[in-house]
Amino acid sequence: MFELLGIPPQALFGQLLLGLINGAFYAMLSLGLAVIFGMLNVINFTHGAQYMMGAFAAWLLLGILDVPFWASLVIAPIIVGLFGIVLEKLLLKRIYHLDHLYGFLLTFGLALVIEGLFQWKWGSSGAPYPNPIPGGFNLGFMFLPTYRGFVVLAALVICLATWYGIERTKLGAYLRAATENPTLVRAFGINVPRLITLTYGLGVGLAALAGVLAAPIQQVSALMGVNLVLVVFAVVVIGGMGSIMGSIVTGFGLGLIEGLTKVFYPPASNTVIFVVMALVLLIKPAGLFGQTK
Amino acid sequence: MAETLLKVAGLQAWYGESHILHGVDFEIRRGELVTLLGRNGAGKTTTLRSIMGILGKRTGSIAFEGRETTGMTSDHIARLGIAYCPEERGIFSSLNVDENLRLPPVVKPGGLSIEEIYKLFPNLLERRYSQGTKLSGGEQQMLAIGRILRTGATLLLLDEPTEGLAPVIVQRIGEIIRQLKSRGFTILLVEQNFHFAATVADRHYVMEDGRVIDTVASSDVQQSIGKLQSYLGV
Repeated sequence: MFELLGIPPQALFGQLLLGLINGAFYAMLSLGLAVIFGMLNVINFTHGAQYMMGAFAAWLLLGILDVPFWASLVIAPIIVGLFGIVLEKLLLKRIYHLDHLYGFLLTFGLALVIEGLFQWKWGSSGAPYPNPIPGGFNLGFMFLPTYRGFVVLAALVICLATWYGIERTKLGAYLRAATENPTLVRAFGINVPRLITLTYGLGVGLAALAGVLAAPIQQVSALMGVNLVLVVFAVVVIGGMGSIMGSIVTGFGLGLIEGLTKVFYPPASNTVIFVVMALVLLIKPAGLFGQTK
Repeated sequence: MAETLLKVAGLQAWYGESHILHGVDFEIRRGELVTLLGRNGAGKTTTLRSIMGILGKRTGSIAFEGRETTGMTSDHIARLGIAYCPEERGIFSSLNVDENLRLPPVVKPGGLSIEEIYKLFPNLLERRYSQGTKLSGGEQQMLAIGRILRTGATLLLLDEPTEGLAPVIVQRIGEIIRQLKSRGFTILLVEQNFHFAATVADRHYVMEDGRVIDTVASSDVQQSIGKLQSYLGV
């Protein structure tokens, strides 16, 4: 077997695959954040908790009602998305006219409350979720677990479908226009408040979908979204707030960079994303794909 | 004489704390083309925005086809058949020309088809896949007018469609506005450019300090020219 800079290929490709999987989750989560931020002007700090809720919804559906993974993939995001819609209608819509800081405080507080409630009910040790597609392929240079390959593909499909929906459809055109000038879009006869509610539900649903996909890989636990969401915010900042394609590309890209760092200099793997963020902010404050307003 | 389409009575409006309109009264009959004239700050744009329901606080009465609209939100008002072309044009930069044109939903039957709109504005057809804000000022204005013709709205509110445009484009917009009138649209036009307004309108309302202070029929413009010039400070 060949070696690269003294690194055995199994280690290199193994970490790259891990990076790609992490990147898939970064991309899906930052995409939802970008969609929500573009439309609501709120930085949704509840996103990590909603991701966790997606995983929990799948786990509870399986445990209580025996709902299989594939059905949960559809049902759990709908349940959590509806929960998001209720949050928007009850709380978020009251703070749109206020400074960003209020949105931050509200969504951050909500995340703490939700995660606290789940921790109180189910503890923080976490529960396993059975792998829906066990087995894997020997690719020669590495072993690829089937489910992990599926997650990467599914994330790509979800990201591209979301991009298509926003950039190429009529509803997406309403969304883009309302992001720019909600007053005028409303004066054309479009119910913008409802559009905003649906957008939030969609963004939250995306987070929950990522959570369902994560359940078989990670332990389903109340705090599974806490650390992830920090990285995802860095991804959003690097990609450019509100940029859809930026979120997707940056999400996958940073997952890979993180994976490579684990191979070549493991101590830096937890901080490399934040170093990249600092560098990007120095050189291009609006983010790689962002537009300065 | 045609029925009254829009009747504004005792309209007062505020921008935050500042009181802009102090009791505006006027009316438009179906098929008419009426202008609001007046100096900067007289309240013309605010009047249009109040009719459209974009301003937060307004009192008095705005009746469209006999229905009171002051309590309605702007999306509801639009669905009654009123369409608004703002002074800043409001072309969306994240949408191409075609998407901009198709954005406002059809609220009533009887609007122009996309083909008819492109026929009216051939420049837009050529540039239909360009980003909306990459168009020239004149083209953006045509796009802003074109996109509200599809919706079936019967009352068009046009806010200074000639502002900042070259004379040849102003002339072209004048022709289009006359065509729209002959197609049966009712138009409320806000203009600073009195000479332009005089060539297209049936009637002029003169605004000052948030009120309508005078009405001049187009047939009387020649006799009233001195008075109008003093109102407009030209």
